[in-house]
Amino acid sequence: MSSPSLLASLDPRYPVSFLITLILVLGEARYGVLGGYDRLVTALGVCTATELALSRWQRGHVANLASAYITGISLALLIKPRAGLLWPFALGGFIAIASKYVLQYRGRHLWNPSNFAISLLVLAAPASVAVLSHQWGNDLATNAVIWSFGLLIASRVGMLHVTLTYVGCFVVLAALRSLVVGGPLLADIAPLTGPMYQLFIFFMITDPKTTVSTVRGRMIVAAAVAAAEAAIRLAGDFHIASLSPLYPAPPIVALAIIGPLAKAIDLRRERVSVISADGARAASS
Amino acid sequence: MKIISAVHPDKCVTCVADAAGDMVHAVISPPRSWRRGAVALSFLAAIALVVALDRRVDRAGGDAAVPGFHFTDLAAQVGISFVHHGPTLDPKLDNIAPLVGALGASVTVTDVNRDGWPDLYLTNSRFGFPNALYVNRGDGTFVNVASAAGVADVNRPGEGVSMGAVWGDYDNDGLEDLLIYKWGYLQLFKNLGDLHFKDVTEAAGLRRWMNSNSAVWIDYDRDGLLDLYVTGYFRSDIDLWHLKTTRIMENSFEFATNGGENRLFHNVGGGRFEDVTDRMGVGSTRWTLAVAAADFNGDGWPDLFLANDYGPEELYLNDHGRRFVLSRAGLESDSKSGMSATVGDVLNRGRLDAFVTNISERGYLFQGNNLRLNFLPELGRFQQGAQGVIVDAGWAWGAQLGDLDNDGRNELFIVNGYVSGDRSRSYWYAMSKIAGANGNVFEDARTWPAIGTASLSGYERSRVLVNRGLAGWSDVAAAAGVTDEYDGRAVALADLFNRGVLDVVVANQNQPALVYKNTVRPGNHWIAFQLVGTRSNRCAIGAEVTVAAGGTRQLRVVDGGSGFASQNDRRLHFGLGQSARVDSAVIRWPSGTVQTLARPAADQLHVITEPAR
Repeated sequence: MSSPSLLASLDPRYPVSFLITLILVLGEARYGVLGGYDRLVTALGVCTATELALSRWQRGHVANLASAYITGISLALLIKPRAGLLWPFALGGFIAIASKYVLQYRGRHLWNPSNFAISLLVLAAPASVAVLSHQWGNDLATNAVIWSFGLLIASRVGMLHVTLTYVGCFVVLAALRSLVVGGPLLADIAPLTGPMYQLFIFFMITDPKTTVSTVRGRMIVAAAVAAAEAAIRLAGDFHIASLSPLYPAPPIVALAIIGPLAKAIDLRRERVSVISADGARAASS
Repeated sequence: MKIISAVHPDKCVTCVADAAGDMVHAVISPPRSWRRGAVALSFLAAIALVVALDRRVDRAGGDAAVPGFHFTDLAAQVGISFVHHGPTLDPKLDNIAPLVGALGASVTVTDVNRDGWPDLYLTNSRFGFPNALYVNRGDGTFVNVASAAGVADVNRPGEGVSMGAVWGDYDNDGLEDLLIYKWGYLQLFKNLGDLHFKDVTEAAGLRRWMNSNSAVWIDYDRDGLLDLYVTGYFRSDIDLWHLKTTRIMENSFEFATNGGENRLFHNVGGGRFEDVTDRMGVGSTRWTLAVAAADFNGDGWPDLFLANDYGPEELYLNDHGRRFVLSRAGLESDSKSGMSATVGDVLNRGRLDAFVTNISERGYLFQGNNLRLNFLPELGRFQQGAQGVIVDAGWAWGAQLGDLDNDGRNELFIVNGYVSGDRSRSYWYAMSKIAGANGNVFEDARTWPAIGTASLSGYERSRVLVNRGLAGWSDVAAAAGVTDEYDGRAVALADLFNRGVLDVVVANQNQPALVYKNTVRPGNHWIAFQLVGTRSNRCAIGAEVTVAAGGTRQLRVVDGGSGFASQNDRRLHFGLGQSARVDSAVIRWPSGTVQTLARPAADQLHVITEPAR
């Protein structure tokens, strides 16, 4: 069996776990991205402990911990709180995993756990928490490695269309924003090359558990997220003060708004089609 | 007997059966809906806790307690009406001109006319706008004599504009000379006495174009002649008024190395300097904004501590004056935006620690200031000691450590704020767009979004942090009368009125300078030292004094430039608290001579001349 087919046959969470581990190791070794191993230990520890406890307590069995692992590392990489604060990692980890058990619709969770936790922390705790902005040396080589592995893995887990749709829409909308605002085009496209976007594109928007069920639907959702983000960014460009809490992390907040709505609609449509199919079968019998 | 669990959608049923497997009875655990409710409740509680903890962080730091000192801005009353004007640069930089040109306000203290009263030098940074030399009349007022002294008209097209200055007696004639560092040509002025200066830059071999934001006098080889370390910010091939390219910005927000090269100039005597940068291994190109010189590892040789923008701090340890070695001292991976480097014995351990300011902005960035506690002798590294209010002061610039209430512990005075423009428009969002980008993108100034009239961390208040020892720091700025929201850059401490208390002078960007006269609650004692070198450099830069009193020991060093674009009073001031008796004062001169003063009298200034041996 060739390794690509092995990759394709794996639970998508494992190659994704590999990719985020690669980013963690590369980023920490080269740039010290974590800002302290206590942050990683706290985030990972709380995420896995919460997953273990809640799955056992609520479902009667221990869940696969890959999701908790990915979430823990995502939080450790993306949350940049004030120095000395560990509670954002602890509470963020708990909230992320607990959101899977609490915020459900028709038995499925709606938010990507780290997306929910980071959005909440950014919006509810702006005096304590910032999101990753400039990190990893603004370095082309690091970017290239992460993008290469990211695209390969997104392709193998069947989510490349989501990544490409989002990136394509982002670029087009950035060009439009640049025209509207009159700023340099490169500045509006530039965020794509940053680490926050790498994590967003490869770990959040492509999360198989919280994406909708069809390829077309996923592409529409990715485009909608890009559109919502563009709206937030336009508001930022025009200094609309009332929306300023959204400006530090536009893609993450946009996904937190659009993602669960899309998932809920998708689940509802799924149920309607199942009922219709059952009805048709009953009628024919 | 065995236990069997059975699955049910809403209940957890535990069945107890006998050995044959026949069920004896069943235990029904709390229903799943109850469990879901408990999880939901804890989920909501966690969210509520996030909000509560964030509010606590937001409110933390303000100390309602009345501090033992109070500041009053008396700039106008004492005759200091200086207003800084920032540089106007090449129109190619117009989109971000307020950002790039947001530097240049500086203040330094010296006794320029040797009358025993500290004088002030303030820089301007626009062509045609003069620098000011405020001479202390000794009657509580100052007079600007810069023009007559020949140190005013230094901001001229083709020559560059001032970014700061440092005073040092490079020729050991007993008169403080002046080095002005610029975005442009360095200028060295020899003090001729009688408040007259002569530009000796060319003869000294220092006519170099450097886009510099700091410099320090240091006798690195302990030959008794002051050498000069000048840092580079923008590359030295860049003329900011005649740009050949707009690719002049940093190529990384974290690990940029495309800044101007720092330069070490060795004083060879006869009023001449030679560039020994390469030989001594100190040519960092890390966008250095501040430099402090002191003997951090206690080997008797002064080291260099650099606060670098867009990168980690650097410690260059002096190897017996033969060369400097970039040390792995726990600084190398902690990349931030170092703005200011000030040195002091923060916890009265007899060690020189370093405080470095950085950037914090709600929601966007929490770099945090660094308090580098010196554990070099034991651990070979600094330990981060910044906690609580000391960590996040805003977009922090200059800072100084000094005992503001004479209680025997160093306070911290930090000035903040970058660009105060339109209060309703913030540039933070626009900057966040490019901050995460690839370095090639934002290295070009043209790719930066236009700032227009927006603010960037504007209108930030200064911090006055009282040192509670191991209990941490308290911000008493408001209670101490420091409420201005100017864009502070440089801060210098001096006993301006010879009263035995440290006053504070602040240079603000594009705004008036402030002179905060300090009123200290009576009861605490003090002692001060003015050192005169003989075998060491005349102004004793690099000399350390350790005062033992009231069961504690305090260490101070004579600085040749400290903080950001500033230099403190050359006289070393120690608060003594309630103790009116000093057990001893030990002076370690740069020459290596150690001099012990037994029971020097408190509440007075001691002028000490270096002994022959």
